[in-house]
Amino acid sequence: MEAGAGDNKNKRHTLNVETSVIAYVFLALFLALTAYFVYFMVFKSEDFINNPANPRVKGFEKLVTRGEIKAADGTILAQTVTSNGKEVRQYPKGREYAHVVGYNTNGMSGIESDASFYMLRTHSFLLNRVVNDLKGEKNPGDNVVTTIDSKLQSRAYYGMGQYHGAVVAIDCNTGGILSMVSKPDFEPGSVTANWKSLTTSQDSVLINRATQGLYPPGSTFKVITVLSYLKNGGKLTDTFDCRGSYTQDGYTIHCFDGEVHGHQTLSQAFANSCNVAFSQIGLSLPKGALKRTAEQFLINKSIPSKISNINKSRFTLKNSDPKALVMQTSIGQGNTLVTPLQMASICEAIANNGTLKAPFVVDHIENDSGRLVRKFDTQSQKLCSAKDASTLKNLMRYVVTNGTGRVVNTSSYTAYGKTGTAEFSSNKREAHSWFIGFAQKGRKKIAVAVIMEKGGAGSSHAAPLAKSLFDTYLR
Amino acid sequence: MLHLVTEISRLTFIVIFAVYTYDCFAALKRHTSEKREKRLYSQQTSMIYLFLINGNLLLFFNNSDTKIFAMGLAEIVFVTIAMIIYKKIYEMASPAVVNNMCMLLSIGFIMLTRLNQAKALRQLLFACIALIITCFVPLFLGNVKLIKSLKLFYIVAGILLLAVVAAVGATTYGAKINIQIGSIAIQPSEFVKILMVLFIACMLTNDISRKQVFKTVVLCCLMILILAYSKDLGNAMIFFLTLLVMIYAATQKPSYLLYGVLLFAAAAVLGYFAFSHVRTRVTAWKDPLSVVNSAGYQICQSLFAIGSGGWFGTGLYQGMPKRIPVVDTDFIFSAISEELGGLFALCLIFICIANFLMMFNIALKINNRFYKLIALGLGSLYASQVFTTLGGVTKFIPSTGVTLPLISYGGSSLMATMLLFAMVEGLYQYRGVKEETDETQNYEDTYRRQMENERSGQDGSWRR
Repeated sequence: MEAGAGDNKNKRHTLNVETSVIAYVFLALFLALTAYFVYFMVFKSEDFINNPANPRVKGFEKLVTRGEIKAADGTILAQTVTSNGKEVRQYPKGREYAHVVGYNTNGMSGIESDASFYMLRTHSFLLNRVVNDLKGEKNPGDNVVTTIDSKLQSRAYYGMGQYHGAVVAIDCNTGGILSMVSKPDFEPGSVTANWKSLTTSQDSVLINRATQGLYPPGSTFKVITVLSYLKNGGKLTDTFDCRGSYTQDGYTIHCFDGEVHGHQTLSQAFANSCNVAFSQIGLSLPKGALKRTAEQFLINKSIPSKISNINKSRFTLKNSDPKALVMQTSIGQGNTLVTPLQMASICEAIANNGTLKAPFVVDHIENDSGRLVRKFDTQSQKLCSAKDASTLKNLMRYVVTNGTGRVVNTSSYTAYGKTGTAEFSSNKREAHSWFIGFAQKGRKKIAVAVIMEKGGAGSSHAAPLAKSLFDTYLR
Repeated sequence: MLHLVTEISRLTFIVIFAVYTYDCFAALKRHTSEKREKRLYSQQTSMIYLFLINGNLLLFFNNSDTKIFAMGLAEIVFVTIAMIIYKKIYEMASPAVVNNMCMLLSIGFIMLTRLNQAKALRQLLFACIALIITCFVPLFLGNVKLIKSLKLFYIVAGILLLAVVAAVGATTYGAKINIQIGSIAIQPSEFVKILMVLFIACMLTNDISRKQVFKTVVLCCLMILILAYSKDLGNAMIFFLTLLVMIYAATQKPSYLLYGVLLFAAAAVLGYFAFSHVRTRVTAWKDPLSVVNSAGYQICQSLFAIGSGGWFGTGLYQGMPKRIPVVDTDFIFSAISEELGGLFALCLIFICIANFLMMFNIALKINNRFYKLIALGLGSLYASQVFTTLGGVTKFIPSTGVTLPLISYGGSSLMATMLLFAMVEGLYQYRGVKEETDETQNYEDTYRRQMENERSGQDGSWRR
């Protein structure tokens, strides 16, 4: 024991305990650094690699032939072919997929931009790669398989006709985007040639209206107003009297087309899209309540999606705002602006008992011979309770069976929806035609948002197109 | 064809460095027989040569420039001479330290040649000069009296040098770091670090009274404040950590560590609210992509590089490391990770870990308290510098811009680090030296006096 005591004294004298402590502290710091480095490489690096500000992605083009973009059924939407020793990017489906697929030049857009990194990586068979390297040839890049349903896309695209506007359709079971159309469109293969006219056009042709278009929601916003009302003490059986118009502080709100709805319950007022009832509802809500409900549905917030360039929908209503603005805001006019993707996401969440499965369009990456390289994780976010979702479902069902959405009603599947006619200028004849909703048949569920600019009443233009989408998908 | 060679090389680089790293840790293990150790070290040496040959061949294939061929040869000659000299001068030299120094220098040479040939050549010249200078380190280290007599010089020179930089230094990336003399930019803080370690060791070897500790802390903090004033936050942090470690070790009081951490936290919070440039760096650290075109540009470029390179790297010349600002100095780790691969970068981290562990290990073996403190201080200096730079470029901590020892371009940094390595080797050589009797006496006296003070203090309070 004597020796032990001597050792101790010696240790104290020689500072060995302190030296060890210091060594271990530094070692711990470095191990944490190492662990973080590994964590970054495995989980975080992708966010950085895919960032458009990363100059490297373009550099891969020297070694790899850009991969293809495909619809869910394998239809080729974009491919690179070599003619006369020059690589050309072709878009076999052209304008139909212009915005969702995007273009590969002039700063890129759509999937061409978002998935650029993957298309310039190669997971081709190793031996192929060695042979290609020896021959000095490029390797084939990986292919991007999207969630787009080519039949639905074609129906949506041609259904829009000459109207400007957008269609978004989402598979409620996954969050996968089945169709995304924006009009007016452009020829993606000749963006460079037409760059000047495309960028200077009055119609903002290059803007993807489905994700970036900010429209007044019109009556489709009543989905939010009605939930806000019910959460703040309102009941479905509350009654309202509609005489066709309602005046407060010298401002008068009319029901659409001068209709008079008379005595009606809340459900009926929602189904009839009664502006008078909803103006009264808006005025009765506590301050800030409408904003809270709107933000609960991600208005003013970001939709959790890997699709880039999604505009945030906007809602503002200050406590000091006059009654006129409160009334307008409650019926979806005022300063509120939403994207079609926003409204489709809200419908998807309602269809999913309040949980939003984050919308995405790139399903997986495969190599040139079709072997899976990478499947992407899906995220989800709770937007409202299952009870609230079920209430909204019933209300939206009633719109289809007894209200402004009757044109969608059919016995072959169960449809839910809300129409909207959004005024955007003082010219009341020019209004945007909206339909948002979802439909179910067995396990198949689809949510849609359709907007036709200057299409007039939602029930007459947007709703029939939505129905044809439901018909196509749920056949 | 060139592409295929590059593809194969990126694997051989990783294999060579992985074998090297394995050898390094296998030799570090406690119960390694001398024979096995010898074998491991000679295998390490072959790996250094293989790495240099592989790297230079690839550089040559890519540039077909005969100058690269000549430089490659010069590098091999340099490494050989360095190993011979160190074995000659330091009779009991630790081969592990020499090997690691040569390996890291080689990585620096190859990477710098790829990034900027002219700078690589200058780096090689600096390394040669440093090699000559470091030959005299053992002479200096052997003369304890001389080292101790220069106590005042260390601190006065340190403070003056830093003050000169703060006053007339050239501003690079917002911080004043260099003094420009003719065409040469000198970075005094790299040398002042070592002066500080010597100063603290002189101050606290024989006297660890509260007053003496206070004096040491005040004088060193003056240097740290000057660095903070020059906005050289990275070095301020390195100085502070080293000071803290040495105070703790010399006094053997863990409470100093606690005070130090509290002081550091307070300074960090104060700095955050008082200085906009501190806030900018924290913003860039928290979410660099949101400020990718302003404050976060540099760190984003670094992470783009590291991420895009992946585990196996893009291969030399296949990445875009030049997009990263100051890639050849502060951000060279990102370039290495991009082109040589994340696995290579991991091995690099491990070698740095091995380096400071060896330094602390040497400190453990030294009997002489003065030398021990110096070894400890140098080890902490190295560890905190590597941690600051690697943590910064990988976004583990906010980026502060300090060099990666032995790899980053820069004469001052290279010379100071080689000096540091040489001093550690020298100390290893003197590990057996006992303290002179009178010194031991002194130390013992102080120790006894202090214990008595403590005891009487306790008694006093007990009586009351």
